[in-house]
This record gives sequence, C-alpha cells and structure tokens, in this order.
Amino acid sequence: MQSNAALEYDYSVAKLFTFTAILFGIIGMAVGTLIAAQMAFPELNYLIGEYGTFSRLRPLHTDVVIYGFMLSSVWASFYYVGQRVLKVSMAESKLLMFLGKFHFWLYFFGALAVVVSLLLGITQSKEYAEFEWPFDIVIVVIWVTWGLSIFGLVGIRREKSLYISMWYYIAGFLGVAMLYLFNNMAVPTYFVSGGIGSILHSVSMYSGTNDALVQWWFGHNAVAFVFTVLIIAMIYYFLPKESGQSIYSYKLSLMAFWGLMFVYLWAGSHHLVWSTVPDWMQTMGTVFSVVLILPSWGSAINMLLTMKGEWNQLTDNPLIKLMVLASTFYMLSTIEGPIQSIKSVNAIAHFTDWIPGHVHDGVLGWVGFMAMAAMYHMAPRIFKREIYSKKLIETQFWIQTTGIVLYFTSMWIAGITQGMMWRAVDEYGNLMYSFIDTVAVLHPYYTIRAVAGLLYLVGFFIFAYNMVKTMTSAKEITEEPANRTPMAA
Amino acid sequence: MFHWLEKNPFFFAVGVFVVIAFAGLIEILPNFAEASRPVAGLKPYTVLELAGKEVYKKDNCIACHSQLIRPFKSETDRYGQYSLSGEYAYDRPFLWGSKRTGPDLHRVGNYRSTDWHENHMWDPKSVVPQSIMPAYKHMFTNLADIDTAYAEAATVKAVFKTPYDAPNGTKLGTLDEGRAAALEEAKAIAADMKNQSVNDEVANGQIPEIVAIIAYMNRLK
Repeated sequence: MQSNAALEYDYSVAKLFTFTAILFGIIGMAVGTLIAAQMAFPELNYLIGEYGTFSRLRPLHTDVVIYGFMLSSVWASFYYVGQRVLKVSMAESKLLMFLGKFHFWLYFFGALAVVVSLLLGITQSKEYAEFEWPFDIVIVVIWVTWGLSIFGLVGIRREKSLYISMWYYIAGFLGVAMLYLFNNMAVPTYFVSGGIGSILHSVSMYSGTNDALVQWWFGHNAVAFVFTVLIIAMIYYFLPKESGQSIYSYKLSLMAFWGLMFVYLWAGSHHLVWSTVPDWMQTMGTVFSVVLILPSWGSAINMLLTMKGEWNQLTDNPLIKLMVLASTFYMLSTIEGPIQSIKSVNAIAHFTDWIPGHVHDGVLGWVGFMAMAAMYHMAPRIFKREIYSKKLIETQFWIQTTGIVLYFTSMWIAGITQGMMWRAVDEYGNLMYSFIDTVAVLHPYYTIRAVAGLLYLVGFFIFAYNMVKTMTSAKEITEEPANRTPMAA
Repeated sequence: MFHWLEKNPFFFAVGVFVVIAFAGLIEILPNFAEASRPVAGLKPYTVLELAGKEVYKKDNCIACHSQLIRPFKSETDRYGQYSLSGEYAYDRPFLWGSKRTGPDLHRVGNYRSTDWHENHMWDPKSVVPQSIMPAYKHMFTNLADIDTAYAEAATVKAVFKTPYDAPNGTKLGTLDEGRAAALEEAKAIAADMKNQSVNDEVANGQIPEIVAIIAYMNRLK
C-alpha cells in the first residue's frame, strides 16, 4: 500500500454533503426568517393552515439548521479533511466508499422523513430531540455509520499521529452518540399496551425534573458538540491551510481540547437555574460555565494567533476574513453564555429573547461563517474550478455581518427589557405590567430581528449562487492550490 | 502521554469518553430516585388530560410557554405558588419549555376557564387584543387521539408503576372503560362550550382536540 506517488483523494461523498448543506441551509434559514417575521406580524402564521404556525415551524427551523445545514457541512468537511490528514484515499477501500455513500443517502432520506414528521406534529416535544422512536433508530444507524467511516479511515491511515481536527471529529462523534442515546430513552406505548393507538408514540423513560436534567444535559451539550467541537475540527484544518500558517501553539490546542472535553458536559444544568433541580447542580452548572471560558478562548486565541504576522491576509482574502470573524464571534458567544449562567443574571435572562440572541451570535457568526468558509475552501479542490466571484463573498460577508449585529443587539435589548418588566413593581409592591404589556413593547425589536434574519438569508443565497456558479461555470484549474483559494475577482 | 494517545486512536477514544461521561455520572445520576417522588395527593393524568397533553406537544406549545414558576415574588404574584419538583412526577416528558413568548402555564387552571380557552384558541385577539399568538382553529375540527392516550397511561402504569386504579386515585380500567370515561369528561367540558360543531361531535361520541387540551389546561393547577 505504501507509495510515494501523490494520493488521489476521492471527494464524491464530500460533494454530496456540500449539496445538502446548501439545500438545508436555504430551507432552515428561510423557515427561521419566516418565524422571526411571525413574531412581529402574527398574520404570517396562517400561510399553510395548521402546518404554518410558529409553534409547529420552530422545531423545523432549529432541527433543519442544526442537523441539516450544520451536520451536512461538518460531514462534507470530514469526508474531505479526514482523508487528507490521515493520508489515505477513500478510493483505496470499497467498504469505506460504500459506508460513505450509505451514510449520505440514509441521512438524506431520513432528514426528509423527519421534516414531514415535524410538520405533522409527530414529536416528543423535547427541544432538539423531537423525533419519535422510529426516526431515532434511523438516526442511530446514520451516526454509527459515520463512526465506522471515521474509524475505518483511521484504521488504514498512513499518517500515524492524529491531527487536531481528528481529535475533535472523534470527540464529536462520541459525545453526541452518548447524549443522544440517553436523552431519547423512551418506551413505545403501542407495544407495551398490546397494540393500542399510534405505533409512533412513545413515553420518556424519565419523568419531570429528571427528564429536564437529562434533556438539558443533552440539549446544551449536543449543541456544544455539533456547534463547537465539530466546528473547531473544521477551523483547525481550514484556517492554517488557507493562510499557510502553522497552528500557533500545540500545547494550547492540547489544553483547550482536554479542557473542553472535561468541562463542557457539566454546564448543561445552567439551563435549569432557579428550577426544581437541586441547588448544588445549578451552582455546578454556573461554576463550570464560567470555567468553560478557558478552553473556549484557548481555541479561539490559538486561531487568532495563528494569523500572527499575516494580518494583511484579513484585508485581501475574504475566506480569512470569514474565519477570523468566526473565531471572534466564538469568543463573544462563549463569554456571553457564562454571564447568562450566573444566577442573578439568569433570573433576568432566562425565558427571554436574550437566549435566542445568544444562540444566534454563536450560530450565525461562528458556526455559519466557519461552515461557509470551509465550503468555499473545499470547492475549488473538489470541483477543480476557481471560486466564481470574490466580490460576491465580500458582499455576502458585509450583508451577513450587518444581519448578525442587528440580530443580537435587538435581542439583547428585547430580552433585558422583558426581563426587567416582568419583575418591575410600583411603589406599593404590586406588579407594574400585565404580561401582554411586556409582549407589545417588543414589536420593534422583533421587526428588526426579522430584517436581520432576512439579511443573513440574502447572504446565504449569495453564497449558494456563488457555489453553484463555481461548480458549473467558473474557470477550470489544473493544479490543486496549496494554500490560498483561487478566486475570480 | 498525549503524544502516545494521538498515535493510539482506540485509547484516545476511550480517554475522551471517560472524560466526557464523568459529568453525567456525578451530576445527573444521584438525583434520580429523589426527584421522581410525587408530592402528596398528586393524581396521575386522566386519559382525556393525557390526550390534551399530546395536543400540547403536537402543536409544540413549549415553543412559547413555560410550565415552571420560579421562586421570585414577581413570579408568584403573577402565576401563583412556585413550582415543586414533586408536581412533575407524572410528566413524561417534562414540559417546562425554555422561552416565555407567552405567559407561564403551570397553574393556568387556577385563573382561566373553559370558556376563556375556547375563545382564546379560536381567536386570541378576542380576549387579549395585543396578542401575537396564532389562532388554533384546527383544534376545533381535528379529533384527539384517545386510544394513544390510553396506551400511554397503560404503559406508564405497567412500566413505571404510575399509580392508576389506586383507591381515591385516577381510574384507568380497560380500553373501553378508558374511552367511556374520557367521553364523560369531554361532555362535562363541552357543556361549558358554545361552539356548535364541537358540541355535535361530542354528542356523537367524538372528542375534538380543543376539548382534550382544555381538559389538560384546567388540570394545570
């Protein structure tokens, strides 16, 4: 097997996942923009009858973006990066090719089935774990297939040391597997009751407070492992590769990796501050959330310092711009989260729009930008054509950055306003506002947020257009670029 | 050690798993027996209430409504007694929600009536003019899934020993008894409702979703 000839990597699976990342990105973000607009203009709830209400569409938005757009781009990157850092081609193993393709197609049809089930209201009503048990089984098969792909590639690798990105892919795989399995433990009622009612229905193995604990251990950390761990896997490969710089510090990567692994999982209970969960668990959630700043900023600073001496690239390479801004938003988001987890702040922030505000500066800024930068970097290497337009990336960057800033500032103001109004009392100690007062006051912020969502969506359409043009009609390239991604002006 | 781990993927994966599993073991497991104990006098949900809870889940009310009153004066003034862990002992799944676009509902049964809910679900603006909640008119025509609700009750009774059919508790009985009891309960609710088609359906032995969800709302106290 050992040969000195340059390896011919096989990107057919990466290509497929790139397509679905674009497709699910458009669907998920379009639904998100619609439901944002519904909060400002409730008439928009009636576009498609019972299937178009905010409540029915909200899980569709979150799940399509998380598991559709994000996982697709993570997998596109894995089936690209994995081969390169392990120095093996998928073409060398028929089994791995089969697993990769099987992984994709099962995922694609599974995702479509899930979309339909959510529209029909078939749900466990656990956030980000809505899917009923038959879908869960399919999801487990998809996940295990990915695991086999990872360890299959690792098994036949030529490069003996696992690169940092591989640490994160493996950790992401293991973490989500554990969390998903435990959180979705449920008993199908059809079988226990002897064939009564719907076969799709199940009842959670945990009740009440316990269910809440398991759910937020999952909810916080599954998000962590998809939105943090797997995205860090991407940036550790794409930023050094695109910039031609070495990672600033190996020791810092080690500290950040093992620190993140140990600390992250404790922080889930910060979603349950002031709930009926025992106090000590709430406090643990808070403490570990604050500690979490260390490994989070460790990775982000490692990325920023990787650019040391090469900051000029920020002005002339839009992909560097996307990735540096992504790291910066990661820092913003990971300092904001710990602040919200502190009990006195949480008392104001919890249940308000500050929370979706926080989520979105992370996902739009950090996750979305990183995913798009990765796909831009991969496209010329996969499709053998240069990027269709640099100018469009610049345009997209500024439209989306404006969108992000409008999004989180409006939601910060909305959340703190509402949190303060809920607790405001007059001079006699009576509540000053009825609940609906605290809703009506948010209308301008909801409007701004809808506009912000629209801007980000427009930017994503520009990305999609640029990608499609790159695949079909941009100038062909003969040699693979070493670092900087070639692009037409 | 780290260099060695990076060259030995199996032990690397084991190491990662141990490190990430640690928090769950310490933070989640110890509470399990403690937190599942019901408060005194808590009764399991009736079949109709469970069917209503399914409607609550199906239309994903948790997207905008919490069921968790925090121990602050501003919350107890607004919603009533703060929530206790034991009150959720029969909630599978828990429905605390994470966002209050609308108000908390954990004790909504104390201060809203069947009539109020009927008006509100048909047209929220008719009772709260500035409301941004969508109308749920389809609940007046879609039928509640009583059989699945019965199956859920039978399952939690068999698997989790939820005390159905205990003295002074909630009666479950056979499927036919469960259906009949649900219909009786539905009739009592429909008697307070003015929507003609809902009344006709119930008279015909069918239970629209709106009746079930009102049964569930009224139970939340």
